[in-house]
Amino acid sequence: MAGEDERGAGSAAAAPAPDPAAGALLALNNVEVIYDEVILVLRGLSLHVGEGEVVALLGSNGAGKSTTLKAISGLLPSENGEITDGEIAYAGRRIDHLDAAGIVRLGICQVMEGRRVFEHLTVEENLRAGAYTRRGDGLLADDLELVFGYFPPLAGRRRADAGYLSGGEQQMLAMGRALIARPKLLMLDEPSLGLAPKLVAEIFGIIRRLNEELGTTILVVEQNARLALEIADRAYVMENGRIVLDGPAAELAQNPDVQEFYLGLTETGERKSYRDVKHYKRRKRWL
Amino acid sequence: MATFVQLTVTGLSNGAILALAALGFVLIYKSSSVINFAQGQFLLIGAYVVWALTVEAKLHWAVAVLGAVLVAIALGIVVERLILRPLVGQPIISVIMVTIGLSQVLGALVLIIWGTTPRAFPEFIPSSSVDLLGAQVGASRLWALGLVAVALVAFALFFTRSRHGIAMRAVADDQQAALAMGISVRRVFALAWALAGVSAVVGGVLLANLVGVSGEISGFGLLVFPVVILGGLDSVLGAVVGGALIGLLTAYTGGYVGGGLETVIPYVALVLILLVKPYGLFGQVRIERV
Repeated sequence: MAGEDERGAGSAAAAPAPDPAAGALLALNNVEVIYDEVILVLRGLSLHVGEGEVVALLGSNGAGKSTTLKAISGLLPSENGEITDGEIAYAGRRIDHLDAAGIVRLGICQVMEGRRVFEHLTVEENLRAGAYTRRGDGLLADDLELVFGYFPPLAGRRRADAGYLSGGEQQMLAMGRALIARPKLLMLDEPSLGLAPKLVAEIFGIIRRLNEELGTTILVVEQNARLALEIADRAYVMENGRIVLDGPAAELAQNPDVQEFYLGLTETGERKSYRDVKHYKRRKRWL
Repeated sequence: MATFVQLTVTGLSNGAILALAALGFVLIYKSSSVINFAQGQFLLIGAYVVWALTVEAKLHWAVAVLGAVLVAIALGIVVERLILRPLVGQPIISVIMVTIGLSQVLGALVLIIWGTTPRAFPEFIPSSSVDLLGAQVGASRLWALGLVAVALVAFALFFTRSRHGIAMRAVADDQQAALAMGISVRRVFALAWALAGVSAVVGGVLLANLVGVSGEISGFGLLVFPVVILGGLDSVLGAVVGGALIGLLTAYTGGYVGGGLETVIPYVALVLILLVKPYGLFGQVRIERV
């Protein structure tokens, strides 16, 4: 299994230490998020991502995975949400009071769920919009080539309106648009959503390559737990706005609870029918 | 034939100026969904500031236009910041009422400063007449057409080539996704108002050059509504095509029918368009379920 290999980059943060979050690139500590001043979505969430790691955030619908990413990227105010408690630190400084633009400038970029390409802009204009924060570098041409290197289908469609791309091409564009900002931390929200299995495998392969070749730290939210655990170094499992389980991805993939709830396997390791999974769904809780 | 050519030139030149004014209106609507009823007063202020700077301050007209552009940018940003930003998230009717109020305040401000006497605009474009296909047409009208064309090309290049232009279109497309790219939506709103101010100065100056400097200019600004309804509230191309069509419609009606019908016909068109094609020729059709 691909997830089992130990890689040097992630080992520093993953090594057992008194405080695993110390020295991490990103650390969330007891973060509480409330929407519309009444709806409590994150209830004291803590997690950390070490430099160079690929970290997966798993959990069922409504657990608060997307909210976690939006809390980090500063997008909560646009949905009438706010961080009411706890802190978010990136590279040693607090970022929970910065606006979205300030956070992108620090090197954090989020690929939102559902691709969200600018449909009336061409592929190239989408990428140039992604490079908005990189004024003055004069490297735009090189960066475009970099993006087209990772996402070859986009190169042939530079002048096409993004709205006319296929789902897979749009996901590539959404990722390329984030990549061109040259983030240190790339956050991906459901990159497999609505894509054919072959494309999903391709996208996840590219995520892995971005991490290995560019050293980009990655935090990925994914419903497809099996795939996410295969490419991740570590993973967190969320339920009801809290982290309920965490550990190295290979270890989590062997955890009986994770196997039952997220991988749909029985104790003997066989695939279970969806009908049986449903019966057990609420039987067990971690908290 | 001569009448036809004359009316066409008149219609197109008026239409071009309308298109420019409508462009400012569309920019604001597209980026921030605000319907700016004060766009006509922006034209008025642009014309008066240029007049004051050339006639009263005796500056060269180019310097005066530049000065007026700066005033318009400042005005646009101040309006956005002090009046519209606190209204984000408020019901659309509040925002509409505020811009109507703003139009009255700006109109009154111009009256207080410069009075009601119409003024002649200093001649910076030759006002001689030119022979075109056997018809005598004012050179100033041809100049107006040319200058608007240049302004529109400049705007088009801005939107497709520059970083800020692309950012503006990105915000119009998907505000939250634009935020996630580090694009400052507030700055884009301010930029939209500033550009609306610039287009109003250019439009106002060209208009004042044709009809003189008076309160009538803001009345002409009201014609922006038939233009944007015809073209589509959120379409830049629609503003240009709508401007030309309304300009021609008004000129032909005035020339061939007359009797004051030309002042009503744009609004008749407005009502008809709302009945048969409510999103205009190029507007984005929004599907809303109730």
